Amino acid sequence: MRGDIVNAIETSETHTIAVLVDNEAGVLGRVIGLFSGRGYNIESLTVSEVDHRERLSRINIVTTGTPMVIEQIKAQLGRLVPVHRVRDLTADGPSVQRELALVKVASTGERRVESLRIADIFRARVVDSTNESFVFEIVGKTGKLDAFIRLMEPLGLVDVSRTGVAAISRGAESL
Amino acid sequence: MLQQRMTGAEIVLKALVDQGVEVVFGYPGGAVLPLYDALFKQNRIRHVLTRHEQAAVHAAEGYARSTGKVGVVLVTSGPGATNAVTGLLDALLDSVPLVCLSGQVPTQLIGTDAFQEADTTGITRPCTKHNYLVKDVETLAGVMHEAFHVARTGRPGPVVVDLPKNVQVAEGTYVQAEEVRHKSYRPRVKGDAAQIEKAVALMASAKRPVFYCGGGVVNSGPAACAALAELVRDTGYPITLTLQGLGAFPASDKQFLGMLGMHGTYEANLAMHGCDVMVAIGARFDDRVTGRIDGFAPNAQIVHVDVDAASINKNVRADVAIVGDAGSVIADMHAAWRARDARPDAEALTLWWRQIDTWRARKCLAYGQSDTIIKPQYAIERLYQLTRDRETFITTEVGQHQMWAAQHFHFDRPLHWMTSGGLGTMGYGFPAALGVQIAHPESLVVCIAGEASFMMNMQEIATAVQYGLAAKVFILNNSYMGMVRQWQELLHGSRYSESRTEALPDIVKLADAFGCTGLVVDKPADLDATIRRMIDTPGPVLVDVRVDPDENCFPMIPSGATHDNMLLGELVGGRGPAVTEAGKGLV
Ligand SMILES: Cc1cc2nc3c(=O)[nH]c(=O)nc-3n(C[C@H](O)[C@H](O)[C@H](O)COP(=O)(O)OP(=O)(O)OC[C@H]3O[C@@H](n4cnc5c(N)ncnc54)[C@H](O)[C@@H]3O)c2cc1C
Ligand SMILES: Cc1ncc(C[n+]2csc(CCOP(=O)(O)OP(=O)(O)O)c2C)c(N)n1
Ligand SMILES: [Mg+2]
Repeated sequence: MRGDIVNAIETSETHTIAVLVDNEAGVLGRVIGLFSGRGYNIESLTVSEVDHRERLSRINIVTTGTPMVIEQIKAQLGRLVPVHRVRDLTADGPSVQRELALVKVASTGERRVESLRIADIFRARVVDSTNESFVFEIVGKTGKLDAFIRLMEPLGLVDVSRTGVAAISRGAESL
Repeated sequence: MLQQRMTGAEIVLKALVDQGVEVVFGYPGGAVLPLYDALFKQNRIRHVLTRHEQAAVHAAEGYARSTGKVGVVLVTSGPGATNAVTGLLDALLDSVPLVCLSGQVPTQLIGTDAFQEADTTGITRPCTKHNYLVKDVETLAGVMHEAFHVARTGRPGPVVVDLPKNVQVAEGTYVQAEEVRHKSYRPRVKGDAAQIEKAVALMASAKRPVFYCGGGVVNSGPAACAALAELVRDTGYPITLTLQGLGAFPASDKQFLGMLGMHGTYEANLAMHGCDVMVAIGARFDDRVTGRIDGFAPNAQIVHVDVDAASINKNVRADVAIVGDAGSVIADMHAAWRARDARPDAEALTLWWRQIDTWRARKCLAYGQSDTIIKPQYAIERLYQLTRDRETFITTEVGQHQMWAAQHFHFDRPLHWMTSGGLGTMGYGFPAALGVQIAHPESLVVCIAGEASFMMNMQEIATAVQYGLAAKVFILNNSYMGMVRQWQELLHGSRYSESRTEALPDIVKLADAFGCTGLVVDKPADLDATIRRMIDTPGPVLVDVRVDPDENCFPMIPSGATHDNMLLGELVGGRGPAVTEAGKGLV
């Protein structure tokens, strides 16, 4: 029965999709509009020009959906006119994913010392410091950043700025 | 190559000529005055002035859909552009190739809330296949050529080119179309050979096959439709078409089961429900077609051919997916079918046809005839009979009359049937008919309309009169928004909330006021004579056909139901299942 097939694939998955686009006015709007207009999720989105000569930007999108929805997202991205390539880094083999966060913690005394100790364990760097605050820079997978931020909460966490995920496939192949 | 310097407006006009454009539908305004001036100074391109920008877009759609060419629209900034939006979305959903040129405030004023400024590219992004804001006259020629390329290739659709006024007057260089090559846009034409092989193997093994084809075959062109007919006849399999696909396969062929879907035939829907192999070509499994999706064609293996990868596996999962142009893939399929010397299971096929014939025998489109009141179905039947010996193009508005036209007017050729399917835009049919008539001045063009829909763009009578466009408007006047009334009857206890069309104008006087012919008929006995008069009267004719206000359109698959749960007309077995509570929440 077709219904069974539909039910069997209804489970949601998280995928990281890399998109190579012409860096022209409005291109990000097209991509974001596609997601909002069709009700797809965006968990994270990063964009930056990666080829200055050809004026190409790379957009990394982390999204969740059923396999059918993920497939739709890729097909819909692929039909945007300024899109050159769409690659599902989650489906197409192993990839490396990194995110950077700047985490501001304002505290003194014991809590200040404790934040520094945890930062050390997570290999976060201090990039700004006053008598009552630190700004930590931490790089890693999303989960690691989440954990670090969670631990900073009782220690005076006041501000977080995250870049979103940059991702690239492992091995010699290019996008 | 000699470089040609000219103004932006001249670049636009030259690009139109080089792209083979003969006619532009539009409406002037401040932000497009340089373009209108350039139009004035040349005589290659004809401009047709509609009376509303929405109508200009629908006229261009009619032109495009009846010729296979790109339709062109020209509107001013701000309100001109926003008035065009409904037409653009209509064209997007029905895959109609259009290029819409819109004026924009000068680049230095963009973002200042300038007079008649609208963020046209922002507003039209989800209503177009692609759009451009041209800020530099040196890119203009390239953008123009690319716009046509994008509009007509792959899955066709509307493209907007937004033209700031200072770009129209600035001097720039013209480049030829051949010099423009897009960096990333490459729609796929040829289908994957291995997938085609797999599809044909599946087709050959079928016991209860059905072809389900749609507007994509029409988009692919008359040659693709002819190739489809050959393949279908060679296999001996039944075929059904979507609303948009009508004409892609001859309706008079005995392998044709009629339209499928919500108002499709009993035999088409049951064949879809019972099939073991479904070959979908250029059809997008719209909800009007599938009904309840988890009960759709429960035992079918599905082959899906579509030029747009996003149409595949969107609503229904395909077992064999082929991305490519319908014409190319059908030809390859047929070649593979012949090479394999495929002999379908003759015994199974005979049984299948026997089954289909019992469904056909229900005569699901039959209706109760009357000699006192004109039945809408009868009106269309007579229109068909009295026009079938000549080349006739039909457009429709949206509602019951549209469905009756799809059921009772029969198309043996593609590109002769224009209807708003995806967006279901009331007000489409009349301006679309004018666009068709522009493209086919010698042919009979009839808009089958509802009285409510007609009122949404009836100002276009002036356009018809100005250009002597002989399009006929055949209004099935049931004094209701009949389709709304039907749903209210079936779903909301016959509480006809706001669905009666009160204060209708006198159609004969209306025609007279605009300077064309109006006719009215209310007796079945006078119908033929009135239709003949309509055909024989030169110029535009409006016909007020007073039909039975209570007639409903059957068969009908109610929202939330599957193909084997159809409501039939009283004459052929009466009511089916009631609409479920869940169904009431659906559209
Ligand atoms: C009141 C009302 C009732 C309706 N009831 C019905 C009904 O009962 N039955 C029905 O069928 N419809 C009905 N419709 C219409 C329905 O909403 C859809 O518009 C219609 O079913 C879509 O037709 P289609 O699948 O052929 O797709 P189209 O909208 O014509 O899309 C064409 C498909 O083909 C693809 N394509 C385009 N070009 C090519 C090419 N060159 N090669 C290959 N593929 C190509 C496109 O990517 C797309 O997937 C109704 C509409 C209204 C307003
Ligand atoms: C612009 C627009 N507004 C509203 C609707 C909803 N709608 C669909 S059919 C219909 C009634 C159409 O009435 P009429 O043109 O008289 O046709 P009939 O159904 O009576 O044949 C309405 C209001 C629509 N499709 N388009
Ligand atoms: Mg009506």
